[in-house]
Amino acid sequence: MSERASTAPTDGASGEATPTEDEEPKRPRTGATSVVEALENAGVEYCFGVQGGAIMPVYDALYDSQAVRHVTMAHEQGAAHAADAYGIVSGEPGVCMATSGPGATNLVTGIADASMDSDPVVALTGQVPTEFVGNDAFQETDTTGVTAPITKTNYFASGADTVGDDVSEAFGLAAAGRPGPTLVDLPKDVTQDETDHEPGPPTTPDTYQVTERADPSAVREAADTIEAANRPLLLVGGGVIKGDASEEVRQFAKTYDVPVTTTMPAVGAFPEDHELALEMAGMHGTGYANMAITHTDCLVAVGCRFDDRLTGGIETFAPDAEVVHVDIDPAEISKNVKADYPLVGDAATVVTQLDEAMRAAPETKKWRATCQQWKSEYPMDYSTPDDEPLKPQFVVEAFDEATEDDAIVTTGVGQHQMWAVQYWQYTEPRTWVSSHGLGTMGYGLPAAIGAKVAAPDTQVVSFEGDGSFLMTMQELSVAVRENLDITVVVLNNEHIGMVRQWQDAFYDRRRMASEYHWCPDFATLAEGFGAKGITVAEYDEVADAITEALEYDGPAVLDCYIDPEENVYPMVPSGGDNGQFALEEGHL
Amino acid sequence: MSSGLPGPAPDERATPEGRRNAQGIRIDPAVEAEPATRRAVISVLVEHEPGVLSKVSGLFSRRQFNIESLTVGPTEDDSRARITVVTEESDPGIDQIEKQLRKQIPVISVKELPGNAINRELALVKVEAENPDEVAAVAEMYDANTVDACPETVTVEITGSRQKIAAAVDTFERFGVREVTRTGTAALARGTESTTDDTTPQSTNQ
Repeated sequence: MSERASTAPTDGASGEATPTEDEEPKRPRTGATSVVEALENAGVEYCFGVQGGAIMPVYDALYDSQAVRHVTMAHEQGAAHAADAYGIVSGEPGVCMATSGPGATNLVTGIADASMDSDPVVALTGQVPTEFVGNDAFQETDTTGVTAPITKTNYFASGADTVGDDVSEAFGLAAAGRPGPTLVDLPKDVTQDETDHEPGPPTTPDTYQVTERADPSAVREAADTIEAANRPLLLVGGGVIKGDASEEVRQFAKTYDVPVTTTMPAVGAFPEDHELALEMAGMHGTGYANMAITHTDCLVAVGCRFDDRLTGGIETFAPDAEVVHVDIDPAEISKNVKADYPLVGDAATVVTQLDEAMRAAPETKKWRATCQQWKSEYPMDYSTPDDEPLKPQFVVEAFDEATEDDAIVTTGVGQHQMWAVQYWQYTEPRTWVSSHGLGTMGYGLPAAIGAKVAAPDTQVVSFEGDGSFLMTMQELSVAVRENLDITVVVLNNEHIGMVRQWQDAFYDRRRMASEYHWCPDFATLAEGFGAKGITVAEYDEVADAITEALEYDGPAVLDCYIDPEENVYPMVPSGGDNGQFALEEGHL
Repeated sequence: MSSGLPGPAPDERATPEGRRNAQGIRIDPAVEAEPATRRAVISVLVEHEPGVLSKVSGLFSRRQFNIESLTVGPTEDDSRARITVVTEESDPGIDQIEKQLRKQIPVISVKELPGNAINRELALVKVEAENPDEVAAVAEMYDANTVDACPETVTVEITGSRQKIAAAVDTFERFGVREVTRTGTAALARGTESTTDDTTPQSTNQ
């Protein structure tokens, strides 16, 4: 993190004479000053970004800020992912900054990612001066137009007097209700013009109101249904983590002995080592979670949006279940799956309401026994034959074993992501940081940077595929520059592995553009960046390599040559029946 | 080699009998048909600020909502504009449209207007002027005003319901229609009923 802002005025030892306060020319108070004040008012400690022409006035104002520190990223996409992960881990909006044109469009993938996963992010983009807007000026892009579909809302700052309040509102809205990304586009004249206006604290417009408590009569009916259920199942979604409702959900499940499955963004919301835990459901969820979700007669879904990777084909999704759906966003109610009991409100509040309304626990003894039987019938067992290359599942489990319980895992997208979610046991919210809805390859490393900045005392392990790592590995330069003690684990199969798996299953093994044939030596590359680089290919090397990587004080890259033919199972093919998950390729 | 995981194969597992339809509603597969669509007029009160129209119209295209017409204009309050949307969707679809509209931050109120609401559309029809008297007679029949005339063409202005305008354009076809432009529907609730949803204006805003 740049210490310049806090040291520049006093540090005279760094060579050239630093102006003292007396000599410092009085700088005008500008729109950019107001932008930075809005960040300070929001309690922002870190932002992630890349400099550039149109955003320079904002960076110049940041030079004077004692409170806000800036992490210079290698690429704007990395800045958006780092801000996103910072938001997930800290619960506060992450801030990313970029210049106009390519800077802003490079943010777009990260903003779309945050939008799909409802992560709180505030993006600040430079823009050409207002008088040039619409002229196809140098580095001009219609940023508010481009980002309208992927932001909760966005702003085109119209003047120096109002720009600070635009940023404050962007902050308020990013965090309020169902979180999401907001963006403020900052024409250079707006940030350069002088203003006396001091922006207020983060705020939301009067017309924006969030329902916190669900309708009590609907809660009553839902509680009656849960009490009477024979096979109730809690489906915990990412909203439980965003709404800090993990404790309430855990309490509810344990009090009423209701088995629990989670969506992928909710991994960690319920401890996976608890006997009620069925872990993740959906396309690559556990067999037992998918059996339970298929056979439940009362699905209590909290803070989830019934994404197609969870439901599979909607026709066969929880077909016998009455659905209780708790969500803070009314538009998610009955969007994909009809909610028989819609409960609009904040997750923690509504789960507490449900708890208060419950008069008896449902009789779940037989159902829980059935779930346990599924757990023993469909174990996540894998074999490690000596004559075959390293299995990725083994690497994930070995890392889980070697790290602390509160270690944070980030991932890219693909097979390695699925092994990281399946074979690491998550027990706490905000320890699983991944790209779920958008499925952005390359998310893992910049996310690890954002996570480490948000939680500097927590171990951060980033699982990558070789394909994912190649997309954003330039951010390793940032991790080295900022001396972030993160560990990158490349589960290297020299393929776009998930595509290869699909080609094998659905395209007659015609491996078009999924085989790399050659990969760079990631350990050497890591050393070139100034990080630690280690390569492993054998089982007996794994433990020592993990120790070496974790003990290294700074970013380390562990390149693991894994079995290139290993596939991810269980698997529900796209649009398939969750209950008919495949355990091997022959089932597809 | 990928060996897979242990456990009973898919065809060895019990499967429930139940099914859902494409809208995620539990159904009896033997009887359930796709839900019928209907025409809905939705009035949307928005902040009068740049970009609102594109945010609202973009929503319809990216979520694949069918849209018949969309009109926008200022209201009694300078800071607000009213958008009237006419759509043809199933009930779950209309419900989604209303909820997604409410999520837009500059949207203040969303209300589906009842069937008796006042719906009006305006059309300008430029017809061949070979028989100006007959054109004038047809125009009179539809309470249309002649707004422009030259030796070759007559342009008439018609207001009314969508059906009335469609009928008028059909009738003018016999003279030869050169160009037509239509505004789409503008609508207000009848009598003392408000076009703005003031019962739960923002409680579901998200």
